[in-house]
Amino acid sequence: MQRKVFQLLADNTSGVLSRISGLFSRRGYNIESITAGVTADPRYSRITIVASGDDKILAQIEKQVAKLVDVCDVKELKPAESVYRELALIKVRAKAEERQGVISLANVFRANIIDVSSEGLIVEITGNQDKIDAFIKLLEGYEILELARTGIAGLCRGTKNVICL
Amino acid sequence: MNGADAIIKCLSAEGVKVVFGYPGVAICPFYNSILQSDIQTVLVRTEQNAAHAASGMARMTGKPGVCAVTSGPGATNVITGIATAFADSIPLIVITGQVNSELLGSDVFQEADITGAVESFVKYSYLVKNVQDIPRIFKEAFHIANTGRKGPVLIDVPIDIQNASVKSFSYPEEVSLRTYKPTVKGHVVQIKKVIKELEKAKKPIICAGGGVLLSNAEENLRLFAEKHNIPVVSTMMGIGVMPTKHPLYFGMVGNNGKAYANKAMNESDLLIMVGARVADRAVSQPDLITQNKILVHMDVDPAEIGKNAGPTIPLVGDAKHIFEEFLNQEFECEHDDWLKILNEYKVSLAPKRNPNPKYVDPAAFITELSEKMKDDGVYVADVGQNQIWSCGYHIVKEGRFLTSGGMGTMGYSIPAAMGAKLADKKRQVIAVCGDGSFQMSMMELATIRQHNIPVKIIVLKNNYLGMVRQYQHFTYKDQYSVVDLSGSPDLEKLSAAYDIPFLRLNNMDKVTETIETFLEKDETMMLECLIDPMDLV
Repeated sequence: MQRKVFQLLADNTSGVLSRISGLFSRRGYNIESITAGVTADPRYSRITIVASGDDKILAQIEKQVAKLVDVCDVKELKPAESVYRELALIKVRAKAEERQGVISLANVFRANIIDVSSEGLIVEITGNQDKIDAFIKLLEGYEILELARTGIAGLCRGTKNVICL
Repeated sequence: MNGADAIIKCLSAEGVKVVFGYPGVAICPFYNSILQSDIQTVLVRTEQNAAHAASGMARMTGKPGVCAVTSGPGATNVITGIATAFADSIPLIVITGQVNSELLGSDVFQEADITGAVESFVKYSYLVKNVQDIPRIFKEAFHIANTGRKGPVLIDVPIDIQNASVKSFSYPEEVSLRTYKPTVKGHVVQIKKVIKELEKAKKPIICAGGGVLLSNAEENLRLFAEKHNIPVVSTMMGIGVMPTKHPLYFGMVGNNGKAYANKAMNESDLLIMVGARVADRAVSQPDLITQNKILVHMDVDPAEIGKNAGPTIPLVGDAKHIFEEFLNQEFECEHDDWLKILNEYKVSLAPKRNPNPKYVDPAAFITELSEKMKDDGVYVADVGQNQIWSCGYHIVKEGRFLTSGGMGTMGYSIPAAMGAKLADKKRQVIAVCGDGSFQMSMMELATIRQHNIPVKIIVLKNNYLGMVRQYQHFTYKDQYSVVDLSGSPDLEKLSAAYDIPFLRLNNMDKVTETIETFLEKDETMMLECLIDPMDLV
């Protein structure tokens, strides 16, 4: 099993995301995360998909996705040539006396405290998936009440191979 | 002008001659507007057959077939027809009525999320939300359906959109689809690579699939095969690419194909697979077509290449263009012994049958029938044992062989034959089905009568769902389960009820004169052939 990150440029119309996710489910492809958002040109959406499978499956994923009428371009975001970021919001139970510990951990990871209540706080962290995984592991000493991760968004480095916006 | 009028104008602009369908309230504005046009409407007796009939028409005309049904059950009934067309890459435009757009999503009467339901069986689908989009959507839909890898496109039109007024109508001349641009021309470098391999090959072979017919490449393929003396085999969907008796044609491959065709394909050192999916029924062991040989896989759909077998040389493009390019290139390809070997296989591995003289032998019957058919006749085979006999023994001259290959949908032959006949009334069209598949579409006898569509129907009757019975014979040692067709109607009385002339063959005694009578006139007739219930394909 390998893991690949694909970047898609698709028509920004209703149904695109369901067509893509439907393709993955009916063909039995593994999808780890999918993120979508409009590009600078509002006619298009940029979609980042993390998928896993053997070489043959990953090659098929790329071709089948490219075949969708709404999809304009598909490319693999290779780790060495790309940047990936994910955002996570983590709600941790921490009373006043525990807060400082969480805050120090957050500082080390350049995470932000975005909400504080008497019982706990919410930490926002952005980075690659390894960094977020490591941070979550460190928080295991506390009680994580809720966790929301966005899945990764990515772009390739440099200004070559830029199709549309 | 309202949305429905605009839709009819779009269909007229696309040159649509016939619409198959079944009305309901949600598609009534459409069926009201169509009265003002010269488009013929054909009322099928169940929606599934509207799609099959449109498929038969599309395969004959090379243009998308059109059907129009109502919302809810009308739309869901048509799904099997859409899936059948999708599996064989047949271009269709399926128009479905839909409930009022303001009520969408509230589960009102006859509401079905049809665009969602058909997602995995269509090339694309539209839900029309604005009446002004109709011309663009129809232009795009016809373009998408009939370019690249062809397939069905569904357009769901809420009734309020059909009734909404249209300020001005102009049908676009060009499509501008930012995201859809299929590859047509083959890559020159890849073509050169194939030629290099052909120059070296001692045992080259072409395996032609349905894609060859879809791209109208059969003539170019045949000329290329003749120029270089390259033998040709076909998949089920590729039957008709070469005349059956062509000296370079070596039959259909696959687990229901000819042993010599499979042997030829497996023993070749260069296999050019063109317009074929390499699916399990044609190639049960993909290893055999990749080992010890160069596999060239040509397809207009890049996703087909490498899906089931890893090719040595992938070649994306339209078969007609690619063979044209091959014909333009001069090169030598020497392999005289290879054809000699294949002709020996053709004799030594010829299928041997042991027919029961008390019944009609389907093999001998189909051979004689096809010899007596008009040269350009259209033979529509259904699904079941009848299909395998048809594939094995029908002789294509200059005509067509139509069947549901990918999906194997029983009941396909009669509605598809209706579509094929309406596409070209001068041609002889014969539907050949079993007694199981006949009963899946026998309601269409009324359509044939009502619209006077002179298709001929042959029912190979063995009182069993023969293909499944045969499977149970081999797999479950004759423990038959739910395959007995007792209770089937008397076909002579049924024909009389529909006022259709009827003939019966009990055995081979009068086969010649019966076939002659059956084929004599261009009118609907039914011929029942009694087949040994225990016969095997």
